[in-house]
Amino acid sequence: MWSRLKQMLMKEFIQVFRDKRTRFILIIPPIVQMLVFGYAATYEIRHVPMAVLDLDQSQESRDLISRFTSSPYFDVERQVTSSRQLDDLIEQGNATVAMEIHAGFAQKLRKGETAPVQVIVDATNSNTALIASAYITQIALGFARSYQQDWIGRVAPQITQVVPSVELEPRPWYNPNLSSRWFFVPGVIGSLTLVLVITLTAFAVVRERELGTLEQMMVTPIRPVEFILGKTLPFFLIGVFDVSLIAAVGSLWFQVPFRGSLGVLALGAVLFLLCMLGVGLLISTVSSNQQQAMVTAFFFIMPAVTFSGFGFPISTMPMWLQYLTYLSPLRYFLVVLRGTYLKGVGIDVLWPQMAAMGGFSILLLTVAILRFHKALD
Amino acid sequence: MPWRARGRRVAEATPNTADNSVLLEGLVKRFGKFTAVDGISLTVRRGEVFGFLGPNGAGKSTTIRMLCGLLRPTAGRAVVAGYDVARDPEAVRQHIGYMSQRFSLYNDLKVMENLRLFAGLYSVPQRVLRERMDWALAMANLEGKEDLITGTLPGGWKQRLALGCAVLHKPPILFLDEPTSGVDPIARRQFWDLIHAMAAEGVTVFVTTHYMEEAEYCNRLSLIYRGRMVALGTPSELKRDGMHGELLLVDCTPLGPALELLQSAPAVLDAAIFGSALHLVVEDAASAIPLLKQYLAANNVDVQRMERIHPTLEDVFVSLTTGHGAAEEHKA
Repeated sequence: MWSRLKQMLMKEFIQVFRDKRTRFILIIPPIVQMLVFGYAATYEIRHVPMAVLDLDQSQESRDLISRFTSSPYFDVERQVTSSRQLDDLIEQGNATVAMEIHAGFAQKLRKGETAPVQVIVDATNSNTALIASAYITQIALGFARSYQQDWIGRVAPQITQVVPSVELEPRPWYNPNLSSRWFFVPGVIGSLTLVLVITLTAFAVVRERELGTLEQMMVTPIRPVEFILGKTLPFFLIGVFDVSLIAAVGSLWFQVPFRGSLGVLALGAVLFLLCMLGVGLLISTVSSNQQQAMVTAFFFIMPAVTFSGFGFPISTMPMWLQYLTYLSPLRYFLVVLRGTYLKGVGIDVLWPQMAAMGGFSILLLTVAILRFHKALD
Repeated sequence: MPWRARGRRVAEATPNTADNSVLLEGLVKRFGKFTAVDGISLTVRRGEVFGFLGPNGAGKSTTIRMLCGLLRPTAGRAVVAGYDVARDPEAVRQHIGYMSQRFSLYNDLKVMENLRLFAGLYSVPQRVLRERMDWALAMANLEGKEDLITGTLPGGWKQRLALGCAVLHKPPILFLDEPTSGVDPIARRQFWDLIHAMAAEGVTVFVTTHYMEEAEYCNRLSLIYRGRMVALGTPSELKRDGMHGELLLVDCTPLGPALELLQSAPAVLDAAIFGSALHLVVEDAASAIPLLKQYLAANNVDVQRMERIHPTLEDVFVSLTTGHGAAEEHKA
């Protein structure tokens, strides 16, 4: 058994490292993708283009506008002169937020009345709209509060001391600056590994089927287990290498802190890689050419990432979908990644995830080996 | 799993097979509703070069794949080197070498790396490894080319390397599925010399081809058409007995109208264009020649030559396949 496996492994490694393109694919794209995703995958919104129509032209209206101008979240790019123009800008997508301050804004404020300000938000991207609205509210409330204090100070200076208020002091644990990059980078490590290992494994086997070399292999006395081990072991090692590579980029470039134990992360990564090898092999057993493998892989990868909690929180999904998420091995690996990176928790907390991935890897690999007959029909 | 079981030879249980390397009994393969191989029975003797001749899609590759244990027979059975291919494909694999229709070594490995890989997979013992690889290289005439990348070799060299890889473990039976397709005629000739050299050493060679001229190199032939065996014998037997009727060569002008006339002429069983002349099949040449000469002359066809010739394998094959249905009716 060992000598045949050794021959398979030698062949695989020669093939992987002889091909310039394969060598390139194993190193450069993972790094580039990590960098790109690291910057792109974020919930934070900054520099939202904003248009303003100020029909009041008062000290107060200018004061309100300047609060938006000085905020990092909004770029007040245009001051327009009619509400028609405002609508056009939103429609053309040149402004995401439009604010119209009606004439008489300052007058109402000075009389102590409520002064309405109309804000239009392009909610095509509901998430951006939601967050932008929250920032707008925050800025407007800030303006209102300081105006109130000034107003009370002018009208009834004795009251200022006794206005009751509640002061919240939120303490965001694990990610004190609420940086969404800290949340996303570990997720990107997991999903990049998933895509890389599944496609590499599936394609490696399917390509042999397509070229006819698999047929030649099958008439030799090699055992299915030897063939599968010979095919997967190299990709397992490559997977370990790539996980380390992109994790290093995450830590060194994006400065995401690593607070847990490397051993725990490594264990999680190994179990996750085994799951992905199983999936890749299974895809290869149901595909007779690379196009089929491509489509099948796509149909697995999309839901596996969507249901993993990579971007959308699982807790907000409907209950029946939440049960489905348990089928995505990435779900568990993301918990391990975020747990070790940000929370610094150990195996005492993460063992259920490890057990789930272990179970999945045994199941997937067993099915893959059983399905891999040494026959063409 | 059954595929691993080291089975017993079944040869003892089957009388008269001691000298047979390959035995097929009513072998059938169906893919869904399509019957690719339809009840083929034959035996191949040890040391024989046995040709499996037929057009593309006749079921040649399907048969050879069943014999190598790559496809499971739907019905019937096949015994190779004494092992039943359905029950004991792994034991069969130890005793055969196989070269598939498509070149299927690793193009990105060096010549030597391919040899070493297959030697390793067939568990060629370490002490004879070097000697076997040198022997395979010499046989394939690839000495000094060990470090070339396989994919850069010309077609004929690749085929010889593939043969080399298939015989590293000295299998008693070789299955070659269209080994010379896409190879130039000189390389093809060299390849057949190799095959005969192996057969001389006692190796049984089971080879499929659709080149008629290659079929002449085989000791015995089986003609396959639409999954059925339509003839079996030595090339000379087939040429002598394979045809119903006698063959005439006709040189005449104009060719096209002459063909049309002859196809509907009495006494003509079949007519076809062969190069720049016509081949006719008639019941009896002696009586047909004057009759047909007269008939053609009456229809303004100028006949330069009309004589009885010996059929080639191609004639036999065409006659057996086009007239297959008719021939069966005739017998009945």
